[in-house]
Amino acid sequence: MAKRTIIPFGPQHPVLPEPIHLDLVVEDETVVEAIPSIGYIHRGLEKLCEIKDYDKMVYVMERVCGICSFGHGWGASAAIEGAMGLEIPERAQYLRTILHELSRVHSHLLWLGLLADAFGFESLFNHCWRVRETVLDLFEKNTGGRVIFSICKVGGMRKDISNENLQEIVTVLNGIKGEIKELTDVFISDASVKNRTVGVGLLTKEDAIATSACGPVARGSGLYQDLRMTDGFGVYGELGFEPCVEEAGDSYARTIVRIRELFQSIELIEKAVAKIPDGPVAVKAPGNVEGEAVVRLEQPRGEAYYYAKGAGTKFLQRMRLRTPTNQNIPALVKMLAGCDLADVPILVLTIDPCISCTER
Amino acid sequence: MSAYVTKSPWVVHYDGSSCNGCDIEVLACLMPTYDVERFGIINCGNPKHADVFLVTGSVNEQNKDIVKQIYDQMPEPKVVVAVGICACSGGIFKDCYNVLGGVDQVIPVDAYVPGCAARPEAIIDAVVKGLGVLQAKKDAMAKGGLPAPAAE
Repeated sequence: MAKRTIIPFGPQHPVLPEPIHLDLVVEDETVVEAIPSIGYIHRGLEKLCEIKDYDKMVYVMERVCGICSFGHGWGASAAIEGAMGLEIPERAQYLRTILHELSRVHSHLLWLGLLADAFGFESLFNHCWRVRETVLDLFEKNTGGRVIFSICKVGGMRKDISNENLQEIVTVLNGIKGEIKELTDVFISDASVKNRTVGVGLLTKEDAIATSACGPVARGSGLYQDLRMTDGFGVYGELGFEPCVEEAGDSYARTIVRIRELFQSIELIEKAVAKIPDGPVAVKAPGNVEGEAVVRLEQPRGEAYYYAKGAGTKFLQRMRLRTPTNQNIPALVKMLAGCDLADVPILVLTIDPCISCTER
Repeated sequence: MSAYVTKSPWVVHYDGSSCNGCDIEVLACLMPTYDVERFGIINCGNPKHADVFLVTGSVNEQNKDIVKQIYDQMPEPKVVVAVGICACSGGIFKDCYNVLGGVDQVIPVDAYVPGCAARPEAIIDAVVKGLGVLQAKKDAMAKGGLPAPAAE
């Protein structure tokens, strides 16, 4: 029998922008078992939410994660609105949906770049991020921030985005569609890229269900599951939404799911801009929070869950948040068992880990 | 700083406990839009190759030893840049129970970049300022002055 060795991976590692630690038990070059340990960036945000006013809390929640920050702001606002029983205006719902999908475009482009970096395709990495900058410019123009916008508030949106600007978003996105297609074609058909992804890190449908995987990881394993379809938040019901599902369950399938979602998001934005009604973008929120509510949201990485409870003061009694990466780590551990040591960085990336989200 | 850059500073990046916002902005600096590689700045994963240490996010009980370790592994002369308001002082998270404060609680910091998230232009500016500090430290070493030991 080959000798067993434990190789520590992380928390500081070239492929990881964020710290996570894995103890990889290897026999020769094969990983037998991976033991994750987290806690390097735990801040204690849920507790912080209890000592901040509920309207300042959205700023805190947006900083759970800098990549899907808009989604976290939306989820937290929606949970508090639910507890208060607030109906927010339709235009605000549309604006939130548009910005959320735009975040997905930027997040998936970012991820494609990081994946390219993980298998050593430096120029592809650079090009993905170059295209992503166009999306960030749109954010900056319309919200004022590149990565953290703070445009969502309890009761709606902090400011309106004019119809001309919305139209411009569509024009710009359609303009970069060709470039995105050129880049994603490399991931889809380049032989050297496929060598690294096809058949690597298999997660069967049964395993995906058993490990409660969510988001693109679950959809890459053939699970027909997307909260945009099931839970009806935002205006996805009116836009007509169909999840992107692939059956194979390997890294390639997960990549394809995200690539299809990229184009789908652009389409959704286009539909939403065509349909957006005029009107106010916010309603006045009461000073105190009373009651409790649960909101589930489909983030770029999967399902996020928010719970807010207030007891009639301006502070929340409890804010609970469960994030998609947290759900996907058991799936990652399953994928890692039996893989080659050299494939570990790619497999870690295929779940699109966001450790800041996980640890809060 | 002199009229030309005499050194290609390599950076090593570590995410203390940031929200990721500053981390992706650090990476954005290396991308075609800002392209710091034209100044010879390369993001390397190995602290022993690096001249500049970019830390994002504040320090906490779990990661303070790691930040310290990475700092200790870097060869002299070296420069530490605290990227983002969390790395400077703890920022919005300073009241959190698990946050000790800015990075300067653990290692000496040479340049501070405010902002949430710090803008790529500001990060580049801080690294360029850091180059001046690096040169000064190098000159001091050439005169025989040993670098000051890291604060415990």
